Amino acid sequence: MGSRPVVEGWFSEGEEPALTGSRCTQCGTFAFPKQLAFCSNPHCDCDEIEEASLSRRGTIWSYTNSMYKPPHPYVAGDDFKPYALAAVELEHEKMVIVGQVAAGVAYESLAVGDEVELVIERLFSDDDGDVVTWKWRPVAEGASS
Amino acid sequence: MSDRIVVLGAGMHPWGKWGKSFIEYGVVAAKAALKDAGVAWKDVDFVSGAATMRNGYPGYVPGATFAKALGWNGAQIASSYAACASGVQAIAAARAQLLAGLCDVALVVGSDTTPKGFLAATTDDPDDPNWMRFRAVGATNPSYFGLYARRRMAEHGSTRADFAAVKVKNSRHGLTNPYARYRKAFTKEQVLGAKIVSDPLGLLDICATSDGAAALILCREETAKKFSGNPVTIAGVSTVTPQFPDLWLDMPNFATDSAFAVRTPARSFRDSIARTALEEAGVEPGDLDLAEVYDLSTALELNWYENIGLCEPGGAEAMLHDGQTTHGGSCVVNPSGGLACFGEAVPAQAIAQVCEVAWQLRGDAGDRQVEGARAGVTGNQGLFGHGSSVVLTK
Ligand SMILES: [Zn+2]
Repeated sequence: MGSRPVVEGWFSEGEEPALTGSRCTQCGTFAFPKQLAFCSNPHCDCDEIEEASLSRRGTIWSYTNSMYKPPHPYVAGDDFKPYALAAVELEHEKMVIVGQVAAGVAYESLAVGDEVELVIERLFSDDDGDVVTWKWRPVAEGASS
Repeated sequence: MSDRIVVLGAGMHPWGKWGKSFIEYGVVAAKAALKDAGVAWKDVDFVSGAATMRNGYPGYVPGATFAKALGWNGAQIASSYAACASGVQAIAAARAQLLAGLCDVALVVGSDTTPKGFLAATTDDPDDPNWMRFRAVGATNPSYFGLYARRRMAEHGSTRADFAAVKVKNSRHGLTNPYARYRKAFTKEQVLGAKIVSDPLGLLDICATSDGAAALILCREETAKKFSGNPVTIAGVSTVTPQFPDLWLDMPNFATDSAFAVRTPARSFRDSIARTALEEAGVEPGDLDLAEVYDLSTALELNWYENIGLCEPGGAEAMLHDGQTTHGGSCVVNPSGGLACFGEAVPAQAIAQVCEVAWQLRGDAGDRQVEGARAGVTGNQGLFGHGSSVVLTK
């Protein structure tokens, strides 16, 4: 059984996965999720917006966890495990994007300002296989990009 | 024609979990507001309803729903939905009609029944970001509150004990409020010992969801003289949107705006909400005797002190611990007990905040009266870039 993304077209997979956002061809303003019909910058009336792979690395703007099972449509299965969330600041795009923290990362090890990178990981499994989503994983100190 | 609009009457149905229809709660609140104002239902010629998304079609058309429930009287109606700011949008709609001379006496009503636990997506639609945030990320409302609280800790060195002190204060404020759902004093140890929901916030740091209803009678100052109610002036109303780029990670969004092309807005969204109303009113933050603000979490109440301008960024904890935001202090924050004692009833809550400020300015707040209150503000913020504020003066 293969894996499939939790939502089509929001991220690329492979060796160097990235979130798929959009970028205004005139003013450079980014958006996530992608928004191809208009630019959010009120000073810009450009309507030529292109898809853009967003930076794979950023720094933690803030973080938290979920100790209780969220409501539908979150899929937790019978063995709900608490998970962490991080809101990550992308230096180039100048924006903050939220995602779960990769499995196996000790919550206590997270800190605002720490560098993280985007990974694609299993969110839940069903009869058709694994459903994957984007997550943030701390970059080991000294690791090169 | 006077351009001064007043609150002539205020009424509420107690907050709780009553298992009844939102229409029943709203009618109780409306009748209480009519009685408080000394106004007969037949004299109301505009009904402004704040909508609820959890009660089917009648919830989407509250103007008509409550007009029918009170007995069709031919009034003009409007229905507003703006997430947590719905109540103030309904007030703003009524105020505009009154200012334009298109109506004479307006009834504003908001009412809700809410499910136990997390507020969830209201549609099963993957194109709705309010659905996808649960599916793809598992980001509940408390997740966002946790992110804001951790950010505050990183920026200002706040601690969980600081946040707990907000709950301790508000639980004391609401002890004798007959409309509050939770009337129990909590200690710092109890708040800190409660189970964590979204770190650093525990069960007692995060507000519950409740049933409840609130209503107001609004009219022009000169119309008020025909009735027995004790009027309080609406000096400013704000339902502003953010200015681009909004760099606060608003619920239920996955991302903030991008500041690539435009670096910073003139004023952050949260700073603009109450200050816009204060500027319209010509009231300085230092003139405020009380504030009713959205303590969705204990930590967010501290942000409000700074957003309103009661203190500089990072000064909220000192203000709290100095007793400046409780009785005897410079500006009593959430004398009603706030969301900590009420739990949120979305379309009713912003109206309930205005009820409390109106009663306080009239001197009718009983045991929780703020001594000599002459000016007060409300503030709230919710999903999809909605926020609101009302300034009331004596
Ligand atoms: Zn643009």
